[in-house]
Amino acid sequence: MIKDPQACIVRKESWKDYHLLSLESPKIALEGQPGQFIMVRITEHSHPLLRRPFSIHSIDGRNVEIFFLSSGLGTSLLSQKKTNDTLDILGPLGKGFNLNDHFKEKDVTIIGGGRGIAPLYFLAQRLSFLGASIRIFYGGKTLADLPLKDKLKKAGFDTFFSTDDGSFGFKGLITDFFKAELEIFTPIHIFSCGPEPMMAKIAKIAQKKKIPAEFSLESVMGCGFGACWSCVRKIRRGNKEEWVKICEEGPVFSADEIIWKEGDK
Amino acid sequence: MTDLSIDLGFLKLKNPVIAASGTFGYGLEFSPFINLDKLGGIVVKGLYYSPCQGNPPPRLAETASGLINAIGLQGIGVERFSEEILPRLKDYNTAIIVNVCGEYEEEYVSVVDFLNKKEGISAYELNISCPNTKKGGLCPALSPENTYTVVSLVKKISLRPVITKLSPNVTDIVEIALSAQEAGSDAISLANTFLAMAVDVETRRPKLANIFGGLSGPAIKPIILRMVYQVASCVKIPVIGLGGIMSGSDALEYLIAGAKAVEVGTANLVDPEATIRIIDELEEYCVKNGIKKIEEIVGTLITQ
Repeated sequence: MIKDPQACIVRKESWKDYHLLSLESPKIALEGQPGQFIMVRITEHSHPLLRRPFSIHSIDGRNVEIFFLSSGLGTSLLSQKKTNDTLDILGPLGKGFNLNDHFKEKDVTIIGGGRGIAPLYFLAQRLSFLGASIRIFYGGKTLADLPLKDKLKKAGFDTFFSTDDGSFGFKGLITDFFKAELEIFTPIHIFSCGPEPMMAKIAKIAQKKKIPAEFSLESVMGCGFGACWSCVRKIRRGNKEEWVKICEEGPVFSADEIIWKEGDK
Repeated sequence: MTDLSIDLGFLKLKNPVIAASGTFGYGLEFSPFINLDKLGGIVVKGLYYSPCQGNPPPRLAETASGLINAIGLQGIGVERFSEEILPRLKDYNTAIIVNVCGEYEEEYVSVVDFLNKKEGISAYELNISCPNTKKGGLCPALSPENTYTVVSLVKKISLRPVITKLSPNVTDIVEIALSAQEAGSDAISLANTFLAMAVDVETRRPKLANIFGGLSGPAIKPIILRMVYQVASCVKIPVIGLGGIMSGSDALEYLIAGAKAVEVGTANLVDPEATIRIIDELEEYCVKNGIKKIEEIVGTLITQ
């Protein structure tokens, strides 16, 4: 855990409401793992008061990248930052995806919905480095919600796109696209991040097919490092269910640990 | 060289800055960021006798210059605290204060009775003021009688000094403070959070699953500051001020208004180094103003 009060924005990319900031922060860049996140202070003033959590989208040398959708006060103010502005960040925080050599030359599937694609690019890069054969499913409401599609294709991943309105790729939900493709192949592992109903559906499919799956969960957070106990979620541990801090024991959990919120299944 | 130390009478602090309960975990969470030895003290997260599951999420809502929390005192209970946390806190040279909770009067007594036998604790802070209880915001600190009952029960068996943490959700804070003093409390910490709520207009649901929570942060500072001033002018025991302290200047306002020490809470979540920065800023102020001993400025508000 490192506090970097002066992480400089060295690059910014924007697609309508989606933004990518590349922050120069060598120490955090050195330690960050896929699935981990950073806490970003939006303003030095008192409103908005709390830092915002962002999963690490990529690490590019000395730079830590975040990718987000401008959707509220914090992200909207953050989207107005410019190159050469500095940000006060904490990281890397939390426990990321479970990566090991066991994925070498094996089929793994990554499924991202909307802004949930954020941590999955970094994950795909690392899995690719480990020698895994990767399929990425990336869904959004419309074409405008797939800003990273070209970047994923360019990186050489096997990509599958969907939009709810059919403006690009498969018309319908990414979960339906994935389910249809499962007739043709079976991955040995699934990684996913996106809206809860999407992840809950994927968990159900994975369970049916007995494919291990991991999900990156989202929560409002107070501190991001385990002190305030705000970001809890009911998690299954053995026969017990308990409130577990997403910031400390997550944000990545395996399918058999997560109790999906009612109505998600 | 400025002398930042503070003598509470029953406890000497190396400086007036204490990390507030509920925002500082069990202390160790902050060791990657700061040197805990530099703190005046740490009030660890509130402890019930048994482990407590706390409230369902969402537990947190941000508001203008503040936040509302309804954690519900989720915690590990006294046994695990004594086995897993206390031995590790002993390595640090700072006052360890345990925030003591109780769902009923006897529970405060059992927590203190259990902890009395453990080493490494400087004082107890009686949390008779948490708004996030099963009783819908009710707590002993809302009445002088209940405050008196709990404080005197605990004082009867406590082998350590007792700081009583009061609630701001009352009509006459001085009356409650006097009651705590009469019951034998060694100090008062003022105050806990304000009972509050926030609504999501899209869903028309409360932003917290518990509906109500406790408001903290810079938004509440002027109100608590007024209460600290009122109480410090009327009681003989030391008052520890807390509410929205984000900077050295905020801490100084409390000290000048009559607080002998301060607790820093919400600021820790925003900036894990906040306590250290505040101590540095206090020292800078003293140097700049030729103050040799920080105790000199306590209660020096000029009103004429």
